[in-house]
Amino acid sequence: MTLVARPTDSAPTTRTGSTLLDAVLRFRALGLLIALVAMVAATAAVNSRFVSQQSIRDILLGAAITILLAVGMTVVVLTRGIDLSVGSVLGLSAYVTADFLQVNPGTPVPVAMLLGLAIGAGCGLVNGAVIHFGKVPALVATLGTLYVFRGIVYFVAGGSRINASDMPRGFLDFGTDRVLGIPYLIIVSLVVVVLAGVFLSRYRAGRDMYALGSSPEAAKLAGIPAGRRLLTAYVLCGALAGLGGVLHAARFGTVDASAGSGMELNVVAAVVVGGVAIFGGSGTVFGAALGALLLTVISNALPVLSVDQFWQQAIVGALILGAIGLDRFVGLRVSASLRRKDSHVD
Amino acid sequence: MSASRTRRVRAFTSAALGLSLALTVAACGGTTQDSNEDEGGGGDEPAATADAGGEFETGLSIAMLPKSVNNPYFDASSEGAEAAVGELEGEYEYTGPSDTAASSQVSYINTLSQQAADVILLSANDPNALCSSLEQARAAGTSVVTFDSDVDPSCRDAFVSQVDGAEVGRTLIEMMSEQIGGEGQIAILSATANATNQNAWIAVIEEELANNPDYANVELVATVYGDDEDEKSFQETQGLLQANPELKGIISPTTVGIAAAARYLQGSEYKGQIALTGLGTPNQMREFVKDGTVTEFALWDPTALGELAAYAGAAVASGIITGAEGDTFTAGELGEYTVGADGVIILGPPTRFNADNIDDFDF
Repeated sequence: MTLVARPTDSAPTTRTGSTLLDAVLRFRALGLLIALVAMVAATAAVNSRFVSQQSIRDILLGAAITILLAVGMTVVVLTRGIDLSVGSVLGLSAYVTADFLQVNPGTPVPVAMLLGLAIGAGCGLVNGAVIHFGKVPALVATLGTLYVFRGIVYFVAGGSRINASDMPRGFLDFGTDRVLGIPYLIIVSLVVVVLAGVFLSRYRAGRDMYALGSSPEAAKLAGIPAGRRLLTAYVLCGALAGLGGVLHAARFGTVDASAGSGMELNVVAAVVVGGVAIFGGSGTVFGAALGALLLTVISNALPVLSVDQFWQQAIVGALILGAIGLDRFVGLRVSASLRRKDSHVD
Repeated sequence: MSASRTRRVRAFTSAALGLSLALTVAACGGTTQDSNEDEGGGGDEPAATADAGGEFETGLSIAMLPKSVNNPYFDASSEGAEAAVGELEGEYEYTGPSDTAASSQVSYINTLSQQAADVILLSANDPNALCSSLEQARAAGTSVVTFDSDVDPSCRDAFVSQVDGAEVGRTLIEMMSEQIGGEGQIAILSATANATNQNAWIAVIEEELANNPDYANVELVATVYGDDEDEKSFQETQGLLQANPELKGIISPTTVGIAAAARYLQGSEYKGQIALTGLGTPNQMREFVKDGTVTEFALWDPTALGELAAYAGAAVASGIITGAEGDTFTAGELGEYTVGADGVIILGPPTRFNADNIDDFDF
């Protein structure tokens, strides 16, 4: 039972004594915050425009879509799975939605978002079904659907491209407009992060995801409906990728068959950097969102620092390794400290 | 993923060029019809070419082999070629790989050769890897005309170039200089760092800046690479504007780059402050020209390119030209063309698009 009911990150009250230390140490995203602050501070020191309103908005806008996908990916990774098809799902949703808007220019934005969610959920259901009923490893199954879904986009789109002038004005404005200075896109992402965070930490179905990832066998023996939970996870991940597609169309205003190509690796990187264990059972959507934000800040900061383009990829890779290393270090400190305290308590 | 990624990143703008055909499939069909009728109306063209040394044969089987199918740029080229082949009463086929790997065109060339195609119109993914296949095809009697992207000159009969590289560079810097009033800092947002065409154009721009007194006060402060990805191009544009507070304008000689940069400027506080020009398609840029984000940009017409390639191929197959320097032929309503050195036929200078004429174009 202890395997199933892992202590949650949000329950530091059980450890009296040094609650503050516990909270800090157990917040696995601490490494991320440090890296984030260091990155922003260093860049701002060189070029103060980096912390201008426009720049911060750009960064948040850039992170919005990755955050959305990272949330879905987190849920799947928590169950010890992975979804490599998110980039293709995003592309499919972006193209179909943009095509729909081009034919029906009067469509309200929320309807477009629902359409994207539905397309994504459909794709997610396929993933979940193949993995659960076909007993295919998630890595292989979603690698397959990565190509299948991309193939469908090519089939639907052919060589055509939907341009900004083909999409309704209101939809494009949604991609750039803001309320109280905050872009709509980032608001959508933050709402999703909070909802997913609450779902994972407070609801039974959410906690079951952790249980499944920690020990699938134990979880099944404990009576957790593994199949239903797995399907939920993949449908959720697909739906969020679908929503991401709608935001992609609104933000870039240009959609062709290759939209979102290669995005899955960025998303997996964000999730891993965000402290979600790739073998499941541990991590939070807040960490994943921070991971996505950090990666976006890095890729925005390097051009501002006028870093030679040829070095950028290598630097991003090194920073990813560094962030993971830092996070791992903090993680080790945490478990060591927890062990000490456990022995004290015992 | 890797397939489509390769497709995007390959070292040529065409891989990036996007044309909205979705909206205009019907219109394009109509255009094809129209041009057929036009040419039918002026149906004395074959007689005119007879003067230039011979008549086009009818019934030629002409196949277009693009870098990859599913690319709007080549779809547009194919439209043009198909119209020309229809005019010449030949058989037309459009076939090709779905990725732009160097070797993926080989099997298509072999197949076309075995089918005894009279003409292959090829946009090559690799200058050398295709040569042995092309040699075999030519030995079997197939004429090979490359367009858009060339192979080694010894492996083909003629090359139809979209435009003179130096002319593209000069047009770009000229438009930029006009828009910033002849002085100030500019930057370039290119495709990938190893994109051959972009680099050649950038070299021309740099040379013009160094040597042309008209641009004495224009300074190129940075060249960045958006890799023909929307997100990366966004970020590089942001980076340029933040790193260079004095920047007056951006030249983006790639269709993905210019669209992404325009979309970014449109939604930012820099709109109207920064001049943006480069190579883009009218459909893609219409929105940004109408709302004032972009004043003027340029591109050649891929449909005309495909049309010229088809006429050139037919001319080679009919023995009107051999690909030697100085040969002339008439390409339907496009007019008369002369083969240059190395068998290169140049379509013409790029067309400039601005608020006054953008609605006349639909590709």
